[in-house]
Amino acid sequence: MSVVPAGTLYRGKVGMWSWVLHRVSGVAIFFFLLVHVLDTALVRVSPEAYDIVIQSYKTPIIGLAELGLVGAILFHGLNGVRIILVDFWSKGTRYQNAMFWIVLVLAVGITAYFTPGHLERILEF
Amino acid sequence: MSEVKEIAEIPYFTVTLSIRRFDPEKSEEASWEEFKVEMHSTDRVLDALHKIKWEQDGSLTFRRSCAHGVCGSDAVRINGRNRLACKTLIKDLDINSTITVEPIKGLPVEKDLVVDMNPFYQAYKDINPFLVANDKPEKERLQSPEDRARFDDTTKCILCAACTTSCPVFWTDGQYFGPAAIVNAHRFIFDSRDDQADLRLDILNDREGVWRCRTTFNCTEACPRGIEVTKAIAEVKQAILRGKP
Ligand code: HEM
Ligand code: SF4
Ligand code: FES
Repeated sequence: MSVVPAGTLYRGKVGMWSWVLHRVSGVAIFFFLLVHVLDTALVRVSPEAYDIVIQSYKTPIIGLAELGLVGAILFHGLNGVRIILVDFWSKGTRYQNAMFWIVLVLAVGITAYFTPGHLERILEF
Repeated sequence: MSEVKEIAEIPYFTVTLSIRRFDPEKSEEASWEEFKVEMHSTDRVLDALHKIKWEQDGSLTFRRSCAHGVCGSDAVRINGRNRLACKTLIKDLDINSTITVEPIKGLPVEKDLVVDMNPFYQAYKDINPFLVANDKPEKERLQSPEDRARFDDTTKCILCAACTTSCPVFWTDGQYFGPAAIVNAHRFIFDSRDDQADLRLDILNDREGVWRCRTTFNCTEACPRGIEVTKAIAEVKQAILRGKP
């Protein structure tokens, strides 16, 4: 009889954690899109119901979640380009570490750029 | 005289190792056991394991053969990362905290640090790890230095399994060929003397082949021979898309 004991968490580096983030952000975006397709399709069923649903999104919590969505999409999209470069650019595997930090700085930076304007809109609710 | 003594003296220190123990005859559960050993700065984790086995607990079970990073027997997980016990100097680890040593992940544990390597070897066998040439071997098969350099990196593999068992995909899907098998396929796919690249590319185009790779770079980071494993996998992916090496 043999078993596979769990042991400690593997201490992977940037590559491993960027993959974890990529999957988490990908799944999160997927669920957002699912809801978004459903609520948008509602307009063909009943425009009044659609208005009510869209109106119900105007809460501070959803507002903050929208910022998270912007960050997740930016990270996922930019890191997706990084993964494509790793797979197809001959020097991609050597620069994967640097490219990850560029992706992170861009994703955080661009999200931060949109944050003040978005927070103002949230406060108007 | 005193100067000579100073040079000759190798500093030593006491370290605590926490080793993942498993004995199927005693318990179905694995558990951690701590050992304190006095080590010199020139000692490696393998020396600590020896010291424990020889002086404290003869039942401690692990594999090793060459003790010099050549045979690939002693890949274990040290402080959470796959390493060869015989190539990891204790002084390079944080000796003020406990050093953890556990079996590599994703292969069935037989006892303590010994895992069943057969699934790993099977994936290696499946990629036909030998030269196949269509012409008769009547004379030496010459190769230019450039052609030889094309696959130089992947000739260095010692089949220690550090890469394959560092891969998150392999942990959850034991059917995945894994980095080591792909590295060894790469060694022949890009060898100008080999005529079976098509078949090998076809084998790795399988559901459990190269497309499982998520480029986490754990394999590249773990390889004790410094092989650029993720790069080799990317090159095989591209060769499959091109349809030739
Ligand atoms: C800007 C557009 C996008 C780009 C450039 C992009 C790029 C990528 C790439 C290259 C991968 C492969 C990851 C790998 O091999 O490890 C991937 C995986 C994935 N993507 Fe995207 N993606 C984009 C948009 C989306 C959207 C809109 C969704 C959600 C509906 C999504 C969900 C996912 C999921 C769930 C995975 C699987 C992650 C994994 O296997 O680890 N992606 N993406
Ligand atoms: S590629 Fe490196 S880590 Fe993988 S089996 Fe070969 S020597 Fe070990
Ligand atoms: S004992 Fe041979 S590689 Fe470590």
